[in-house]
Amino acid sequence: MQAFTQLTGIVAPLDRANVDTDMIIPKQFLKSIKRSGFGPNLFDELRYLDEGQPDADNSQRPLNPDFILNQEPYTKASILLARENFGCGSSREHAPWALLDFGIRCVIAPSFADIFYNNCFKNGILPITLSEQQVDELFKEATSNKGFNLTVDLEAGCIKGAQLGDINFSVDNFRRHCLLNGLDDIGLTLEQSDFIKQYEAKRKAQAPWLFAE
Amino acid sequence: MAAKTLYDKLWDAHLVHQQEDGSCLIYIDRHLLHEVTSPQAFEGLRIAGRKPWRIDTNLATPDHNVPTTTQERSVGVNGIADPVSKIQVMTLGENCDHFGITEFKMQDARQGIVHVVGPEQGATLPGMTVVCGDSHTATHGALGALAHGIGTSEVEHVLATQCLIQKKSKNMLVKVDGVLGKGVTAKDVVLAIIGEIGTAGGTGYAIEFAGQVFADMSMEGRMTVCNMAIEAGARVGMVAVDKTTIDYVKGRPYAPQGEQWDMAVAAWQDLHSDADAVFDQVVVMDGSKIAPQVTWGTSPEMVLPVSAQVPNPATEQDQVKASSIERALAYMGLQAEQAITDIQLDRVFIGSCTNSRIEDLRAAAEVVAGHKVATTIKQALVVPGSGLVKQQAEAEGLDKIFEAAGLEWREPGCSMCLAMNADKLGTGEHCASTSNRNFEGRQGFGGRTHLVSPAMAAAAAIAGHFVDVRDFG
Repeated sequence: MQAFTQLTGIVAPLDRANVDTDMIIPKQFLKSIKRSGFGPNLFDELRYLDEGQPDADNSQRPLNPDFILNQEPYTKASILLARENFGCGSSREHAPWALLDFGIRCVIAPSFADIFYNNCFKNGILPITLSEQQVDELFKEATSNKGFNLTVDLEAGCIKGAQLGDINFSVDNFRRHCLLNGLDDIGLTLEQSDFIKQYEAKRKAQAPWLFAE
Repeated sequence: MAAKTLYDKLWDAHLVHQQEDGSCLIYIDRHLLHEVTSPQAFEGLRIAGRKPWRIDTNLATPDHNVPTTTQERSVGVNGIADPVSKIQVMTLGENCDHFGITEFKMQDARQGIVHVVGPEQGATLPGMTVVCGDSHTATHGALGALAHGIGTSEVEHVLATQCLIQKKSKNMLVKVDGVLGKGVTAKDVVLAIIGEIGTAGGTGYAIEFAGQVFADMSMEGRMTVCNMAIEAGARVGMVAVDKTTIDYVKGRPYAPQGEQWDMAVAAWQDLHSDADAVFDQVVVMDGSKIAPQVTWGTSPEMVLPVSAQVPNPATEQDQVKASSIERALAYMGLQAEQAITDIQLDRVFIGSCTNSRIEDLRAAAEVVAGHKVATTIKQALVVPGSGLVKQQAEAEGLDKIFEAAGLEWREPGCSMCLAMNADKLGTGEHCASTSNRNFEGRQGFGGRTHLVSPAMAAAAAIAGHFVDVRDFG
């Protein structure tokens, strides 16, 4: 996983509540058995005027000019500003894969759905929860100033560059540690194999029906 | 000792180790797999040279992509017309064969929607932790299990370590007392709950459903309710173990037997919240006041009783909500204050992990028996949740009732719930659907989904528009 330390990038405002993972990456693209290549189909139904297909040449498809990520300079955005309950619905990790493949490394919103939030950390994307008021202010600034940039510093837990001054944010310690160092958490868990084996031995004595074979 | 909730008890029983930073390693007893969210996890395992920690906890079945026509299904995987879907289903087969994981393949009578198959086989048991790369894994909480959806990285993590790194959720109690009226089902109850607390109301919580309504409810009804916990934002939904649970589990293929059954039943007696347990949030509703529900918008919280009118954004004070309503009405092709019973339908879908079990099919068949599907309905599909549900329905003659009424009787799978196979809505089409999500495009590009119970979907198929199933007949 790519580490996340500090990021300076263009902020794309997506002014819509309850953005679900079906919207982030529609189902027909989940048929892929790969982790990459989902970027051109990020927000497919909002981004294009026709229906997308997994084998289509996306460069030939009609773009929706009203959609934020089709407008310059947001085609190069790396920070997505969103409304409440971002990433609700399906557990598909294809949603963060698509965001990452497009170039989004950070999503800022007043709230996130639990599974999506967790999936972001597994893929080097930093989801930041701010208050509704702070998000409102950022929306005002991002919409009135095209090309609005922010600097996100995970080590310091701080967002710099907004008119309202430095904005502090917090992230769970373990997730922060993994993200800062780009750590594979399977490797970390396997270092605790002895604990897992001890648990299994104890559990097998208490509940043998869970260890049928 | 401090009083515990059901969730606290399940959590504590599976805690392997707590790190100094507060993150917890939780042991997983059952891992269910399907073709869509597993290929990249198996690939990750291979690349890292890792092996599954415990093969026997894994159970797989293809469901999202599989075709549902008998003609396509009669030739197995080769009958999948879409080459991309075919590769995905074949990849699951290859991965399971390679690692020695039990898979109910397409031709197996036990194949079906993973959340129907688990409980049906007794592979999901009370007191277990159950995970799957699918957000509707909360379904299994109906058995007093701790069950939730995970992403593909976590699928790989569970395969490799039998554990997940977790942070404990808060406790929420949703208590629905009273007795449901005639024609009001588990689906109406959960839709009414989502309408009450909102799609993010349960975010960060594990929800326990309790009260007279759930005590009286069948296991299948409880599964319908827990299934949609995620639509209220909660990864976990649960119901305490009682006699209904134990009677349901007894004798199923993967359930313990003999002495171990007795041991298990004794242990399961404790799977309820202590009388004085404290919840972080409590929601109380009166079940006798719940009417049959219909969603009118593009989020499950956009739901109303069938007798209501679609809302008017002009009367909404909150700007973000007003614009959501406006956008939803435009997408759904509805007028503000239009009566829900005036919504004309194009298709009807009875199926999905929410409502494709035998009781759902019986309820729908009871409504359509002796009637004909309205001529304005282009298609009405009935898709059983598993091969065994299909067999049972056919033994009861339900397939004949559906076909005589003009509904199509299909092979098991996820089908039109998310339209990854050929079953989908056309642009602008309205569908009465027993599934769980009414998001834009969910059932097909530009499709318009209305979530309802099986009985309400069946009545709508006959009438061609929504009707109150309580007045139908």
